[in-house]
Amino acid sequence: MAFDETKTEDFKVVGQRVKRPDGVDKVTGKAKFGADAVAPGMLFAAVVRSPHAHAGIVKIDTSKAEALGGVKGVVTRADFATGLTGGDLDVLENVMAGEKALYDGHAVAAVAATSQLIARDAAKLIEVEYEVLPHVTDVDMAMASDAPVIREGAADQSVPEGMHANVVRYHESGHGDIEAGFAEADLVVEDSFKTEATHQGYIEPHACLAQLGGDNKGELWCCTQGHWNVQKLCAAMLGLETSQLRVTASEIGGGFGGKTAVFIEPVALALSRKTNRPVKLVMSRSEVFRATGPTASTSMDIKIGMKKDGTITAGQGTFRLQGGAFPGAPMEFTAMCAFAPYNLQNVKQVGYDVMANRPKQAAYRAPGSPMAAFAVESVIDELCKKLGLDPIEVRLKNASKQGTKASFGPTWDRIGLVETLEAAQSHPHYSAPLKEGQGRGISCGFWFNHGGETSVTLALSEDGTAQLSVGTPDIGGSRASMAQMAAEELGIPYENIRTTIADTATLGYNEVSHGSRVTYASGLATIKAARSAVKILCARAAAKWGIDEDAVVWENGCAKPSGPNAGEFDPLPIDKLTRSMGRTGGPIVGHFEATPEGAGVSFATHIVDAEVDKETGQTKVVRYTVVQDAGKAINPAYVEGQFQGGAAQGIGWALNEEYIYGEDGRLQNSVFLDYRIPVASDLPMIDTVIVEVPNPGHPYGVRGVGETSICPPLAAIANAVSNAAGVRLKELPMSPPRILAALENQAKNG
Amino acid sequence: MQYHTPSSFDDAVALAKDAQGVTRFLAGGTDVLVQLRADIVTPDVLIDIKKIDGVSDIAREGDGWRIGVAVTGAEMSEHDTLAKEWPGLVEAMDLIGSTQVQGRATLTGNLCNGSPAADSVPAMVAAGVTVSVTGPNGERKVAAEDIPVSPGKTSLEAGELVTAVHVPARGKSGGDAYLRFIPRTEMDIAVVGCGINLRLDGKKIVEARVSLGAVAPTVLLVEDAANAIIGTELDDAALDALAAAASAACNPINDKRGTIEFRTHVAGVLAKRAAKIAYERAEAAS
Repeated sequence: MAFDETKTEDFKVVGQRVKRPDGVDKVTGKAKFGADAVAPGMLFAAVVRSPHAHAGIVKIDTSKAEALGGVKGVVTRADFATGLTGGDLDVLENVMAGEKALYDGHAVAAVAATSQLIARDAAKLIEVEYEVLPHVTDVDMAMASDAPVIREGAADQSVPEGMHANVVRYHESGHGDIEAGFAEADLVVEDSFKTEATHQGYIEPHACLAQLGGDNKGELWCCTQGHWNVQKLCAAMLGLETSQLRVTASEIGGGFGGKTAVFIEPVALALSRKTNRPVKLVMSRSEVFRATGPTASTSMDIKIGMKKDGTITAGQGTFRLQGGAFPGAPMEFTAMCAFAPYNLQNVKQVGYDVMANRPKQAAYRAPGSPMAAFAVESVIDELCKKLGLDPIEVRLKNASKQGTKASFGPTWDRIGLVETLEAAQSHPHYSAPLKEGQGRGISCGFWFNHGGETSVTLALSEDGTAQLSVGTPDIGGSRASMAQMAAEELGIPYENIRTTIADTATLGYNEVSHGSRVTYASGLATIKAARSAVKILCARAAAKWGIDEDAVVWENGCAKPSGPNAGEFDPLPIDKLTRSMGRTGGPIVGHFEATPEGAGVSFATHIVDAEVDKETGQTKVVRYTVVQDAGKAINPAYVEGQFQGGAAQGIGWALNEEYIYGEDGRLQNSVFLDYRIPVASDLPMIDTVIVEVPNPGHPYGVRGVGETSICPPLAAIANAVSNAAGVRLKELPMSPPRILAALENQAKNG
Repeated sequence: MQYHTPSSFDDAVALAKDAQGVTRFLAGGTDVLVQLRADIVTPDVLIDIKKIDGVSDIAREGDGWRIGVAVTGAEMSEHDTLAKEWPGLVEAMDLIGSTQVQGRATLTGNLCNGSPAADSVPAMVAAGVTVSVTGPNGERKVAAEDIPVSPGKTSLEAGELVTAVHVPARGKSGGDAYLRFIPRTEMDIAVVGCGINLRLDGKKIVEARVSLGAVAPTVLLVEDAANAIIGTELDDAALDALAAAASAACNPINDKRGTIEFRTHVAGVLAKRAAKIAYERAEAAS
């Protein structure tokens, strides 16, 4: 096989449902998560947080806390680097407040003590004098002229003149003439939608163990989706040389984008440097809700024109996203994803990034896209209903294909939207009869997917097994998929490969596990690293046989002469070559470093049946089918898991999850009792269909699958609920009080 | 913090009477320990009553039942005769929390926590449950509905504690039911709760008690709602009158769990549904 070949068939290990290597450790409790690390002499930390949504910090008196027995040190903003600008300054402001507390839960000080209880008591003794300021938490109110200003001068040059200072970024994209497009339409539907912020709801709270000496050399163990990013940010926050801080990623109990940022890690390092002791810092669930990064809340206006035959003539969307007290709400992604599934001649999308007194939003699984789909796909559903058209036929008629100019600019390469729609159409679910009180909804969804900086090594052991080191924390079974790809290339059993998530000292820079990039980018790097090791193996065999390197091929774990002309030699299995590698040129290590840019986009179509109790407004999701393009499923079981997980989180977001702020600007529901993620009994079995339209940018055709699965659910469920209830739901979550109010409103107004 | 494990209720009363600061009695701890960890209530004195003889017993008391103060939800659910006689009460207790919580949580704790949203309390009130209270001034019997006085507050005096729960005799042709509304299927707290207990003579309802939870500062015993169905065969008109009376009795708040309008409306819906179940059970027991 040539070393740059694409492989699309005859897989031996790829495509198998192998057991995940971390499974036994996880179910037996042996796996070490963020809070499981200990060190001799370790201290425990607690963080003091603002009870106010917006307040000047007049004075912090730490004397009583420092006088408490067992307390070893207190840090405030004065213990962090100065002179930061731009994004680094925003991160530091979020990690530890400076002159103002910007949201309920904003860290203002932290203390380290010899026990957790002492640290907690000491935190209560830190006296902070606040000057309470007016606050705003709603996105539309934050844009209104009378809204309090979160921070002057935060806006960049993209923002049109005359906007409120809380509008900090602006996006516009599209093509064609939308007015002409609306004029061509037989029916134009225009509506407004809102979604509340939701949290990723990962089961493991943030936790870390930090050691930093006065010499500014340090070690950090933490629960993260990307430890090189943690290394870089912590070094900036503390004024360290990046290479002097070694970061190791723990096992991770969920992230979904929320662990791509730093919150407590710089604080633990600052406390460690101050006390000269290792410091452990573990967030409570309430701290996770109040002070990590939920997704943005939105307010959206959509206008779509359609002909009687279902052709969409124009689409227009305005997307206002609130991302907390800092710039960064992913409004450009919302805008770009909104009409991506459709081939539109006339389309325009506008986005606003709005600051409010809430925690700094972080990525949440396809950041920005699910909300866009909710708004756009609700309007398409309404158009289909009014024109008496089948929702899948209409989507097929307008679907983006290879060669279509995307709503945000580029021309599509090979994509699989049509294939997902066709698979949904022919799925028994789509034609199954509905019971009284039930409604069916469908929706498409889109996510870009990402490549990113990637570095992998594959070291062969003397017995012919392999140690694969990757730098992307395993958030979805990727150690198994990586081992499958390496096994496929090396021609050895899956079990003969051990995949390790290496620390920052071991590999080159690896971007975080985000953008559905791991199986694509680390997978590509693994394949290429394996191929580079195979090249060395072939060279060693060639030297032994005294023939040309190009005359050796690698098949089924053995070097073989490429043909009769190359000579007559018995195949040399991998273990024979590795046992002698010390004498034949030294250790054999394959590696690969690059920024792959061929991440293929992924589309999905979801079908949902929902039942609404019209007397109480309660919704039960009774049937759910996910159809998504995976390019190539390396491990179908984990691909299905990603499909199901996205749907499950989408069900929560659509029906009951929300950030609820009181009039005082404080978060009202910072525990799982009142932040209502679905429990197991709330979910039906989520059926899955894996569509495989290979991505030309990956040797096996892989497309990322982790994020697209959460793009359609909000819309598909909203369409199902609206069809069941007989009234259009335009605000998420569709909680029982909201559904009942919509029904009553409809009964009143007809 | 002091932690005591008295071996009799008299000792518990003596400890509580002399205690300084915030005192809490500890049975299952599913509220006390959560409140402690969440910095809501940090007791100075914790009196664990699980070591007292008989607190874990479910025993016949005439034709009724005496349920010890440390009897857990799981123990009630697994008691076939109790569950057969008072399915509404047992189901209400069983709705609380997870399997793990069911291994700890108690009726008495649920009552004395004083929450208007406590699931077992409307069922107790509907069933006509009374509790024995012991304190420095002796013993008294109190109706379940008279224990909570406002969210988190009870009518128990300093040094007083509940020593037993008394469930009346089921008698003939009776049935009870409890329903709660939560947006999910489990692991949630009642947005509205409704307990109904009734007795039939033939097809006609001759006795009824209707109780609502989470719609007022305390669990309510709604006599108007009971009167709406007494003397009827639970026809549609009676059900509508029941719903109207239940809704009229509501005095809820807007909060993170529900709105005033929602709670008021759903109280009526649940009352109807619970009444139908109780009625069916009473018919089956006739």
